[in-house]
Amino acid sequence: MPARDSVSTAIRNRRATGQPALIAYITAGFPKREGFIEQLNAVAAVADVVEIGVPFTDPMADGTTIQRSSRAALEQGVSLRWILQELSRAETKPQAPLLLMSYLNPLLAYGMDTLPEDAARAGIAGFIVPDLPYEESDELRNALDARGLALVQFVTPVTPTERMQMLCEGSGGFIYAVTMTGTTGKNVAVPEEVLEYFQRVKKISPVPVCAGFGIRSREQVQRLTPYIDGAIVGSALVEVLERGEDPAKFLRSLRD
Amino acid sequence: MKHSLSKTEQQTLLANVQQDAYPDERGRFGPFGGRYIPETLVPALNRLQEGVDRYLRDPEFLREFHDELNNWVGRATPLTFARTLSKQWGAEVWFKREDLAHTGAHKINNSIGQVLLAKKLGAKRVIAETGAGQHGVASAAACARLGMPCTVYMGSIDMERQAPNVGRMKLLGATVVPVTSGDQTLRAAVDEALRDWVSDPNGTYYCLGSAIGPHPYPYIVRELQSVIGREARVQILERTGKLPDLVVACVGGGSNAIGMFHPFVKDKEVQMLGLEAGGNGAGLGQNAASIAYGTPGVLQGCFSLLLQDENGQIQETHSVSAGLDYPGVGPEHALLASIDRVKYEAVNDDESLAALAECCAAEGILPAIESAHALAGAKRYALANPGKRILICLSGRGDKDMPTLQRTLLKDVL
Repeated sequence: MPARDSVSTAIRNRRATGQPALIAYITAGFPKREGFIEQLNAVAAVADVVEIGVPFTDPMADGTTIQRSSRAALEQGVSLRWILQELSRAETKPQAPLLLMSYLNPLLAYGMDTLPEDAARAGIAGFIVPDLPYEESDELRNALDARGLALVQFVTPVTPTERMQMLCEGSGGFIYAVTMTGTTGKNVAVPEEVLEYFQRVKKISPVPVCAGFGIRSREQVQRLTPYIDGAIVGSALVEVLERGEDPAKFLRSLRD
Repeated sequence: MKHSLSKTEQQTLLANVQQDAYPDERGRFGPFGGRYIPETLVPALNRLQEGVDRYLRDPEFLREFHDELNNWVGRATPLTFARTLSKQWGAEVWFKREDLAHTGAHKINNSIGQVLLAKKLGAKRVIAETGAGQHGVASAAACARLGMPCTVYMGSIDMERQAPNVGRMKLLGATVVPVTSGDQTLRAAVDEALRDWVSDPNGTYYCLGSAIGPHPYPYIVRELQSVIGREARVQILERTGKLPDLVVACVGGGSNAIGMFHPFVKDKEVQMLGLEAGGNGAGLGQNAASIAYGTPGVLQGCFSLLLQDENGQIQETHSVSAGLDYPGVGPEHALLASIDRVKYEAVNDDESLAALAECCAAEGILPAIESAHALAGAKRYALANPGKRILICLSGRGDKDMPTLQRTLLKDVL
């Protein structure tokens, strides 16, 4: 099975139990570089998929929490190269499929010729690139495809239906359905029209539908559950780690 | 994503440039440009593109735009013969006086055009970023003129060094939001404006101030700023009967420069020179000269030349001039540099301040520190190439720079 299918399989398997899958985001090396692998394993023991955030100086789609965690990680010298080395060296492999979440420039700097192979070797199943719209993504998608890796696309509440179809069909692993217009980390109320939007995505999408941006509580997850396959939790988890609390306990509280 | 060009590729791109073939339909200037933005902004940029196609060359829109330029901005701006500097430098020196445009710099050409476009597109509010404060002031003024609410994002470091402009924006009715994230200068202000826009892509119009960002912004800004070069070309032909040997402008993101250069691109005998902020020198973090010291990459929506480290992290920059203090450059400049149609050099802080002082004393004109970079570069060229006719874009006036000048040029005088 190509690595990218491990992502959709993990999400579907969880959904088949009646529960939504949990996709957990962490910024690599935050709050501390030391213990990155242990932290990753702890998160992967509860989450169904883990997004590892590659820090970038200009995270334009992110709110204050991930801006802060990215800056702190960069100050400790975290880089894409370091992340892939740590993953390759790790003795225990995480229990969940891994995605790399990165803005485009760190990927370009690493080099498109070697990135897919190095990532595959480090156990990465795919990529999420928030500043790479579908129209500009051919080069990366083809390079990843050749190594069996996924490139996840986004849809948003302002995406026209025709475009939504193209994005869902072109997405690998799952479709990242943004709950609201805005940056990551703000709390969302999940009004009726948002539920209608998720119904629309679900109807169109051949891949699992996962909701992200502003997911912080069990109540939100429960309200969304009938419409989605998985929930993505990022800023709220990063804040848990920032406070030195147990990430596994927080993740369980969202689902169980 | 390719950037090292063969001789043949260079010649093809140059021929395309001379036929005005860029941007192409994908928003590319040769290898540079494009549109690298979150999915949430794709529909908004598509609508902007439709608006651009419909209005930017529409006679009725252009009539309204030029009416504002002539009767509110005060165009055409004069072409001044710089008598004393001509003698001192052994050249024939001409200034295109954008410092005399309303609000004190070329930025107003773009702001009034974009706010007019925002109204046509039915936007409910306008947001803008600003570095030196000139684009913020221009956008605040244009919004007041056309009755639109305006919010300006400005780095907290820039708010301090350009304090007079903060007060002007507030008087003009704009809300000024200090940006304390990132490097707290122009680049952080652009990031924050993009975050605002992502939150309300349907009702908000983002009035971007430089020839940077995702397509179609570099094109919009060039079209609106080209009035500078078109006027200057007509004026210098009227006054001297000839085209200049050299056209000079300062380059941060590159809006005054592209407006000045674009109408001369097809004049093969005219050489062009862009001056970047050399800051304190060539070291990483010491300057803002992206063409001189940068490498290709993607920042804030477009593929261009950037100051970055080996991991693709954007570097902090330094320049005495807030308006040039940006780690990237417009994609069209990256193209013009890669095919050698325009030569780009760096001018450091001290050279630009010396040129500013020289211009004040010789011509009775206080230029912006940004524009003083162009003066310093022109002088360097004039001394090496005697007897040439040089046309300089004096992009703005220096009144806003008084706090910086008090700390530098005037510190031993007062």
